[in-house]
Amino acid sequence: MEANILSMENITKVYPNGFVANKNVNFSIHEGEIHALVGENGAGKSTLMKMLFGSEKPDEGRILLHGKEVQIDNPTVAIGYGIGMVHQHFMLVPSLSVADNLVIGMEPKKGGLYDVERAEEIAREASEKYNLKVDPKARVVDLSVGLKQKVEILKALVRGAKILILDEPTAVLTPQETKELFIELKHLKTQGYTVVFISHKLHEVKELCDRVTVLRAGRTIGVESVENVSEQDISRMMVGRDVRLDIDKEKAQAKDTVLRVSHINKVNALGKQVLKDVSFQIPRGVILGIAGVEGNGQSEISEIISGMDRSFEGEVEVNGKNAREMTVRQLRENGVSHISEDRMTYGIVGDGSIAENMISDRYYKKEFQKGLLLDEKKIAGLADDLIEKFNVKCDGKDQPIRMLSGGNMQKVVAAREFTSGADLIIANQPTRGIDIGASMFLRNKLVELRDGGAAVLLISADLSEVMEVSDRLIVMSNGRISAYFEDASEVTEEDMGLYMLGLKQMEPEEIRRASC
Amino acid sequence: MNTKNIEKQFQVLRTLLAIGIAIAVAFIIICFISENPLETISEFVLGPLGSKRKIGNIITNLTPMLFVGTGVCLIFSANQTNMAVEGGFFVGAMLASVVSTCVSLPTGLHTALCLLAGGLAGAAACAIPAFLFVRYQAKPVVSSIMVNNMCLYVGLFVINHLIRDPGAGFLASWRFAETSRIEEMIPGTGIHYGILIGIAVLIGGYLYLNKSKAGYEIRTVGRNVDFARYSGIQVNKVITKAQLIGGFLAGMGGAVEVLGMYKRFQYQALTNHGFDGIMIGIMAAYNPKALPLAALFLAYIRVGADCMQRSSDVPVELANIMISVIVIMIVAERFLYKMKHKRIVAAAQKELEGKEAA
Amino acid sequence: MDKIFAAIFTPEFLFSVIRVSTPLILGSMAALICNRGGMLHIAFEGIMLSAAFFGMLTSAVTQSVLLGILGAVAGGLLISLLLGYFNLVLNSDRTLTGIALNTFASAGTVFALYLLVQDKGTSSSLPSLVVPNIDIPLLKDIPVLGTILSGHNALTYAAFLIVFLTYLIIFRTPLGLRIRTVGENPNAAASVGINVLKIRFITLAISAVVASLAGAYMSMGYLSWFSRDMMAGRGFMSIAAQNLGAALPLPSLLASLAFGAVTALANVLQTLNMPSEIIQAMPYVATLIGLGFFGYGAQKSSQKRSKAVLEKARAAEEKA
Repeated sequence: MEANILSMENITKVYPNGFVANKNVNFSIHEGEIHALVGENGAGKSTLMKMLFGSEKPDEGRILLHGKEVQIDNPTVAIGYGIGMVHQHFMLVPSLSVADNLVIGMEPKKGGLYDVERAEEIAREASEKYNLKVDPKARVVDLSVGLKQKVEILKALVRGAKILILDEPTAVLTPQETKELFIELKHLKTQGYTVVFISHKLHEVKELCDRVTVLRAGRTIGVESVENVSEQDISRMMVGRDVRLDIDKEKAQAKDTVLRVSHINKVNALGKQVLKDVSFQIPRGVILGIAGVEGNGQSEISEIISGMDRSFEGEVEVNGKNAREMTVRQLRENGVSHISEDRMTYGIVGDGSIAENMISDRYYKKEFQKGLLLDEKKIAGLADDLIEKFNVKCDGKDQPIRMLSGGNMQKVVAAREFTSGADLIIANQPTRGIDIGASMFLRNKLVELRDGGAAVLLISADLSEVMEVSDRLIVMSNGRISAYFEDASEVTEEDMGLYMLGLKQMEPEEIRRASC
Repeated sequence: MNTKNIEKQFQVLRTLLAIGIAIAVAFIIICFISENPLETISEFVLGPLGSKRKIGNIITNLTPMLFVGTGVCLIFSANQTNMAVEGGFFVGAMLASVVSTCVSLPTGLHTALCLLAGGLAGAAACAIPAFLFVRYQAKPVVSSIMVNNMCLYVGLFVINHLIRDPGAGFLASWRFAETSRIEEMIPGTGIHYGILIGIAVLIGGYLYLNKSKAGYEIRTVGRNVDFARYSGIQVNKVITKAQLIGGFLAGMGGAVEVLGMYKRFQYQALTNHGFDGIMIGIMAAYNPKALPLAALFLAYIRVGADCMQRSSDVPVELANIMISVIVIMIVAERFLYKMKHKRIVAAAQKELEGKEAA
Repeated sequence: MDKIFAAIFTPEFLFSVIRVSTPLILGSMAALICNRGGMLHIAFEGIMLSAAFFGMLTSAVTQSVLLGILGAVAGGLLISLLLGYFNLVLNSDRTLTGIALNTFASAGTVFALYLLVQDKGTSSSLPSLVVPNIDIPLLKDIPVLGTILSGHNALTYAAFLIVFLTYLIIFRTPLGLRIRTVGENPNAAASVGINVLKIRFITLAISAVVASLAGAYMSMGYLSWFSRDMMAGRGFMSIAAQNLGAALPLPSLLASLAFGAVTALANVLQTLNMPSEIIQAMPYVATLIGLGFFGYGAQKSSQKRSKAVLEKARAAEEKA
């Protein structure tokens, strides 16, 4: 048995809102290995790593480094212990050169001035030593994402990191860049460095890593040597429904088509193709779920259909009309409503009252005007009515919405979006971060709306939710539809895992059924 | 006690405390420099109520503030720091003077045309920063100051070259046509009918901003532009509209001020009415409902400072020092924050206990 | 027209360009430092005004030019650190606080001026000093060049030196690197153990010292007295100049000189019987045009950049 360079024992972390992110988690790594940390969204990987890097503190448990207990209070301490982290959102300064970014906070000096040549030398030496090829003089803003990531890795290394944590490093990379990264990481391994590799992509884990720890719902499910397990095994350990939801619903009665999405392709601002030939349709009376690990194109789909994003190729038709030609308001009037995944930015205006938040999509309509002014009585009536119907816990319709809990905020959003008489409801992560009661309430509402004749597009990273609420199911992986199921209730978790994690891909003919 | 009330309470408390501190600062300054502090302070505090004329001065001081302040509420509610209301006021006064001296029309109609012209000039001034922002993302903070200075010289050019009265004995325009002047309302006070227009503008502005669909759009854009876009509001249109109307009101304020207070246009420099409007707008948190109080306060200390300057050696600028101290403290979010936070936590705990008991 | 050209193509005209540009050069460097540190604010007008006043006052009281300049710096720092305290510690809106501080400085200086000399216009009755002009040996004897470059106020030469120093501090010292890091990505700075708050205060302080020299120049060089609101928007023009100069020292210097040239031109035209009001409006109009122009340029270059990124990615994909 090899020695543990680092181990985290019985770690428990409860966030102030009561969410248990980690429960008695055990995690340990050997010196010189590449260790995968895998788990679904919300399984507790990020929280665990944040505690290791000192940005969060565990409530229980201890961290041992080389067998000695250590307190990691902040990132500076972590760096001092030789732990480096490569964040998903790079901690880089775009206008500075690569060399500048590497030495910030430990700048070499000559005669009181910052010694650029020395910094570039440090950068060049490191770049050569670790085989991470970047031009020290290049400005970070001009670099591709892949190169930026190299700079981040180098930044940790020149600060003396011996253990590198990479948080979903391949999520933003193109396949070529991913290949390069793997070569570099393997090179680091031969030099004795230890790497913690967080990922959802099991073939990557299989290809790169020595051992794998699987987390699910905040607990350690198992630690395995990668050669002893198949991707299917890992997938089975990762994916599971944490709770059985009791959704009370009849079989869907599909009617005429409301939404038709044809051959959508999108390249994002960073030059990565995030949607690849996506086509599907939703008829009235049906909830179509899109399952998948976050960041596989789901957000882009919801942005495109709701009219917030117009830079894509392909066609979107709502009620037979071309959606690309329409403004957001026209789209909404044509029967689209939309729960955004980013509640605080798009879903609400925090300083506004509950009533003000409830009318943002209809304040201009005739029924709410009284002469030149808004009909306050009517608005108040509507707000009171919705507060009651949606069971919003508050001090009244005039309370600023920012004072509500997440669940109640989302109920206000839903009260607005679910009552506009929409034919198409886009619900993007509708229950993220909110309590069980509110979640169940919203899920049942979606079913109600479906029964009322609406088409519902449910995008969710919560497997229980998307499997049990949806009638039909699309699985997305890497910007592509990897599977389509006509009947969501017949899908097994195991299959879901395989398609979500990119281990299996349906034939084009099977997927084509989604659009007819 | 719920958290909403605590927040409101603290907003009021914070404003009152800021005013209290400003007054204390003023008194301390007076004590240092006045030979007879008590008398000076009493003149400052009570002087404005000393005579009919002085009470009238409060009202005439307040009149233009209502126009500009309402305009500022509109502009700043859309989250645009467009300070061109200062220049807008000036060119509004200028163009009204031109219409007054160069056009002949029957009484009433003439005044109305002057106010309209003033308003349009003010709107034009505020339109420049608005355009630069919507089209080129140039922040209105700097551009609006440039517009102010530009307005000053353009205004002076028109006055000096178009309607200057060489026989006036000083740099001033021809006399305003009697048909265009705004009459004194209460004899011996200087209070003119402009105050009624001002009140109408204030009420109109309040209804527009707080009660109409256009106002809802402006406030929504100002508070969260992404949410506005998501809701289907056309953001650039709303931003431009708010600034045009705000500028219109400021320009109209300039027109009312010159036609009600003077016989000729005789400004030689910017008048600071725009910044008065900004100060009281901030004090009122851009809500026209609270604007009259803020305007009254500023007008009162202006007149008080004026009385004080006449009877002692303390200059009138004390009023501006006070108002800036107040604004600085009002915009400081964390001022009293700790106290507020403690109260909110205590209230929340109490509520929780109540629930558990029940 | 000939007359205009005759007036412009003289060494005296270029001399006056440098003269009127001095406060803008200093101001734009101050704005640049703040902008680099992510602390760009609009209180420069107030900082300069306060510095102009305290410079005048200190020099009159102590009868020392050097102490006068130190007084100016203290006056500028006062406003700047107030801004820092309210913005960084009490979390207030920087722009609104800036507006209020400008009003504070404007009213405060007039208030104090009146107390000192019972005059709200100028301090000309106080025996304040001016920073001396310097004739540069050898250079002053060269025809044309000597007339243009020699005989300026010492603070004018200081301004050019400060352009260089700004470059040095911001781009060539560890402190400058930290200032830029905090300005662009405070999280990145904090993640490597940099004290963000401290760096922000340092940024404000350095820039206030530079801006204060602009104020000192106005009351102890450009004029030999303090007059009310004597900055006349120069603080804001400085911000525009560094905007136009993309927060780089040399381009900002050039933008300041360009604004200065318009002002100097206005002064020349005034003597040629052109309507003075239109001429006086010229620098402000020029600034507005400059702001629009900069916005246009920034739009175009960001479009170009995203296009380049896309093309690069496409090319890579095709290759693969």
